[in-house]
Amino acid sequence: MKSLSFFRSLLCLVALSPVTLAFGGLPEALDTLRSVGPEGQGNEAASTAWNEAAAAKPEELVTILAGMDGANPIAENWLRAAAGVVADKAISEKALRVPALKDFLMDTSHDAASRTLAFDLIQRADADVASSITPSLLQDPSAALRRHPVGRLIEEGKAKLEAGDKALAIAAWRKGLEGARDQDQIDELAQKLRDQGEEVDLPTHFGFLMDWHLIAPFDNADRGGFDVAYPPEEKVDLNATYDGKGQEAKWVSFKSEDEYGMVDFNKPFDMLKNVVGYAYTEFDSSEERPAEIRLGCKNGWKVWLNGELLFQRDEYHRGMKLDQYKLPCQLKKGKNTVLVKCCQNEQTETWTVEWQFQLRICDATGTAILASKQP
Amino acid sequence: MKSILSVLLGAVASLPVASSAADWLQFRGPNASAVSADDVSPGPKLATAWSVDLPGRGLSSPIIVGDKVFLTASSGPEQETLHVLCFSAKDGSKLWERTLSATGRTMSHKKTCVAAPTPCSDGELVYALYSSNDLFAFDLNGNLRWLRGLTFDYANASNSLGMASSPVVVGKTVVVQSENDSESIALGIDTATGKNRWKMDRPKAANWTSAVVWKGAVALQSKTGLTGIDPMTGKVKWDYQDGAATITSSAVTPDGIYIPSNGLTAILPENQSTSQLWRAEGLKPGTPSPLVIGDAIYVVNGAGVMVKASIKDGEEQWKLRMKGPFSGSGVASGQFIYIANERGQFQVIDTTAEEGEVVQMIELDDTILATPAISGGAVFIRSDAKLWKLAGE
Repeated sequence: MKSLSFFRSLLCLVALSPVTLAFGGLPEALDTLRSVGPEGQGNEAASTAWNEAAAAKPEELVTILAGMDGANPIAENWLRAAAGVVADKAISEKALRVPALKDFLMDTSHDAASRTLAFDLIQRADADVASSITPSLLQDPSAALRRHPVGRLIEEGKAKLEAGDKALAIAAWRKGLEGARDQDQIDELAQKLRDQGEEVDLPTHFGFLMDWHLIAPFDNADRGGFDVAYPPEEKVDLNATYDGKGQEAKWVSFKSEDEYGMVDFNKPFDMLKNVVGYAYTEFDSSEERPAEIRLGCKNGWKVWLNGELLFQRDEYHRGMKLDQYKLPCQLKKGKNTVLVKCCQNEQTETWTVEWQFQLRICDATGTAILASKQP
Repeated sequence: MKSILSVLLGAVASLPVASSAADWLQFRGPNASAVSADDVSPGPKLATAWSVDLPGRGLSSPIIVGDKVFLTASSGPEQETLHVLCFSAKDGSKLWERTLSATGRTMSHKKTCVAAPTPCSDGELVYALYSSNDLFAFDLNGNLRWLRGLTFDYANASNSLGMASSPVVVGKTVVVQSENDSESIALGIDTATGKNRWKMDRPKAANWTSAVVWKGAVALQSKTGLTGIDPMTGKVKWDYQDGAATITSSAVTPDGIYIPSNGLTAILPENQSTSQLWRAEGLKPGTPSPLVIGDAIYVVNGAGVMVKASIKDGEEQWKLRMKGPFSGSGVASGQFIYIANERGQFQVIDTTAEEGEVVQMIELDDTILATPAISGGAVFIRSDAKLWKLAGE
């Protein structure tokens, strides 16, 4: 034994055993797990509570899943791990309560994460039940759950095409595209439809903002411009001009022609280095509502919505992808302003030329929120 | 409700076990030296004892505690599902698996993945870190003791290419590097509570190297050099500031540290400073990290050539062309080095042969980017799809 005596260890472990923990019961254990916070807050109590939750009976599994509703991501992981232990044991003993899990899954008032976990468990325990549920998930609030019916429709379309029924193939893929929220599936469906001569409007599907006003160049020597509040951060005046880096900085109109909504500063401003640019647009929302601004950018960047800084990141040329950053926000009814600061650094390698971003507005599922008025 | 007896039996079963020389507790084993301390060597000729399928990708190495092999993997469309796996070292049977979810960013270069850092253990708990900055502490029986989401705590601590630095545990502190262009940090985390003992700013630069342990100090490598810190307090004990690689990690022996810096630079830290023992600018390690056996250091350069050099002065002694390319590093036991190339060709090198010699090659028929582990006269190596135990014959 490393440091503890056998007797002392035994006493400690008995003190923490489920026998004593049971007095608190599962609800209290779940409350404890949901109480964890940043930087390890609540870890000690959670460790004990986790033993209680992981020892829950199969019929209590949905209670643990429900505990994930509204939990922060850290608490959610504590609960997910406990649910996994309970489920593993239940599945091995053929005691998993599939009907209860199905009811939980179909209740969309529960969080996407817990419902997705419920589906995964159903799939492990009874693939036939999971298969029967799958078509109903095409418009689900969970993007992860949508992948299952979309994947099936992709295969269905392939089978129809191989059978010579192009119309049914297109219908399956159209239906799949309506439900698809992940780029890999959207790209595959768009390609298949286009191969059959169909038109696909990806900017609308994703909800990219395509029309912008751009201004540059401001100085970003030694990457210092990232922290400098240039005039557009104080006030956006599309008629104003400023002393820029080596030239006058003025606003120009820019319409993205890229179907993934790329806003490329290099096009109007040439291939500049050590510079800062800003992009401004307005978005008209038909209602006040929660939303996400989703950004892809490999330059240093900041994003403001209605003058509020949502997030900033000073990383350069490490990679870019769709929905790289998801910024929860609240849209106002009517006009909303979006300002993006996009910084280019000093690197000269061929893979550091890009000075660009792509931005879309959607809900938490990834469903595009379209402007009620086009600019 | 469990009976008292079953609780007591369970308690006995979950008592901490002492670590032994056969254990391989972290990336590149004892002190991150890549050299086994086990008296039993796999030797020159190995055969597959068992292999198991894995539920996800990974560049992380297996670690071995007693008769258990621990491994991480990641799966899902965005590599968002994080697995911690425990297998029997004897027969490869899965003892337990825990599945959690990434709370940090999962984006990475397509060659790597979220399960890139190797877990570490103190013989009582296993600390599993991922590129998403999620850190989980499980006991050897799969009970979750604590967890952290470091990007949840520090929102800009991430690298869009992915991170790979493996944690080390020294005494009662897990040392974690989350080094990147933006919010670049290292943390000392209390093994008992999962809370910070200390947090320090690190150079703002992407960094994929892993720490080595030298005489109780944890040596953190970055583009600026190698910094020895007290793991309990985070205080700097010594600092080498002449630059260092950001992919290839250092080699370590009781006599010094061999840093991929200006070629290869040997230093001796002492009295809050470091002295340079020698520098060999021609010894340029590629992606694999160097290791020391006896009085020689072995470097694999970018062309897949293994170079043997003296640890006294860095003078080259022989060169051996191997079949590359290599992403994973070699590990050693006795006179043998074990390394797998990206094509899944596992190679055994006899370092005592006059010009070095590849004495065995095993075709594992899968892309391998990971570093092996050694325990109990066997080598453990993983791909994205499989984990193998290759036992000495």
